[in-house]
Amino acid sequence: MKRLLVIALLLVLPGVATAANGKQVYGRYCVKCHGPNGAGTSIAPSLRNVGALAADFYLRTGYMPLKRTGLQPRRSRLLLSKEQIDDLIAYVASLGHGPPVPKPHPEAGNLSEGQHVFATNCAGCHQIMARGGYVTHAVPPPLGDATATEIAEAVRIGPYVMPRFSAKQIPDAQLNSLIRYVQWTQKPDDRGGWSLGRIGPVPEGLVTWFFGAAALVAVCLVIGRRLHG
Amino acid sequence: MGKARDALLSGAVLLLGRRRRLPRPDAHLLPPPAQQPRAETAAIALLFLAALCATAFPVIYFVDAIPAKTQYLGLSIGLALLFLAAALVVAAQSVIPTEELAHEYPPDEHEADEEYLAGLVEESGKGFTRRGLFKLGLFSAGGALGVAALIPAVSFGPLGVKEFYGTPWRKGRRLVDENDMPLRASDIQEKALYTAFPEGADKEEQGSALVVVRLPRSSLTLSGRVEGYDADGIVAYSKLCTHAGCAISLYRAPLFAPDEPRPALVCPCHYSTFDPADGGSVTFGPAGRPLPMLPLSIDGKGELRARGNFDDPVGPSWWGVRERRPSP
Repeated sequence: MKRLLVIALLLVLPGVATAANGKQVYGRYCVKCHGPNGAGTSIAPSLRNVGALAADFYLRTGYMPLKRTGLQPRRSRLLLSKEQIDDLIAYVASLGHGPPVPKPHPEAGNLSEGQHVFATNCAGCHQIMARGGYVTHAVPPPLGDATATEIAEAVRIGPYVMPRFSAKQIPDAQLNSLIRYVQWTQKPDDRGGWSLGRIGPVPEGLVTWFFGAAALVAVCLVIGRRLHG
Repeated sequence: MGKARDALLSGAVLLLGRRRRLPRPDAHLLPPPAQQPRAETAAIALLFLAALCATAFPVIYFVDAIPAKTQYLGLSIGLALLFLAAALVVAAQSVIPTEELAHEYPPDEHEADEEYLAGLVEESGKGFTRRGLFKLGLFSAGGALGVAALIPAVSFGPLGVKEFYGTPWRKGRRLVDENDMPLRASDIQEKALYTAFPEGADKEEQGSALVVVRLPRSSLTLSGRVEGYDADGIVAYSKLCTHAGCAISLYRAPLFAPDEPRPALVCPCHYSTFDPADGGSVTFGPAGRPLPMLPLSIDGKGELRARGNFDDPVGPSWWGVRERRPSP
């Protein structure tokens, strides 16, 4: 009778995520690597105490489920439906006492402070315009598609080989600024005109030498011809 | 072409003509120059300004208290050259009378022509009323510029080389963050990268900045010179890459050790990769020697302190970098 009631309730409220449904999804897609009840195995980490924060990040970016172990998780097409993801997050959150999904407020941040924080902590790998880059044995992803919540989560988790930044290193107020800056890099105003992919001084230098210098030589030739002619 | 030859010829005549300066009749070749004392004064003043600016170069070079030295060094040389050029322009335009030679003549053995030229050159100096002062200005500007050009050679050593070995790190010196707050061992978490500085020292100094990370004690393989340099799994290295001196700002910190690349400190310039668990040894990239490591200890209040100086000279390598160690 009780079970019937629960089922009835679930039918009535299909939008409410439940850990019970999540456990089923977990059994289908996750248990092979992460082990029963998220205890972790030799090939995948434990999910106890990672909280809704980590589950939300890995599932909504398509980082998990991973095609095979040993790969760097990358942003990819979502395999699970939105409902399945909601349920799974509720289930992973119920496995321990992890942090909840953060609610950043980038509009409260300061763009200039954000750029400073980004340049100090992130630009080394992700490049100052957040176009991504390389480190040995890993690929720091471009942040063009990252949402405010995903950025806030990634900073606290440190996915794959990215370092993690505690609230002591980057307080929430600075995190808001940081997100505001990243969002700005997603749609910069390109005041100089042609953005050249925003990947730094090398293409800019090439354009300067090949186009700018050639134009200067042309001007000199014109001036010279006028003087002689 | 013709102009260049004239210039060479007049130069030669000037030199030769000086030796056998014949008494010349008082008749002038050129109309008497309109002497322009004001232009001359301006030229002399500009020359001395050039000398002053060029003299500033060695002063800026040697006085360490001056901030933004590079910019001031550039400014001093730039202004000196600018003033010198201006002085020469003023002198050429308004002080020295000009006479163009359009006529070609065969070189040598025309004594009359030579004399004529020598006369021209001599008279072209008549525009000066204070020859001596102008010469003094010219020599002091040229001399000061010459000295300024040579001064940077001092950097080759042996005078300045001491700095390469010296660092502000001493036994007992506390580690502070960029806001001068002492770093506590309990604040240093695994998988995070921290930058630290010596308390009360110049953060800009080459040997100051550190990268600090915490690793599981069981993963550390510190041996030889750096044995026991960690404090409860916390290790500290110089932040300057030993290849080209860029700041080590990348930390490869695996979330799940069995499946992911080992922890590594990476330099963003040329991807030199150092193993923080193994005394900063090079695992990839162009760096030729390990990151210098700083021995750490935790004091009674839980704060991090240095236990001495680095085991190796900090910063990019140079000829003979392995000959000496920093004094403890």
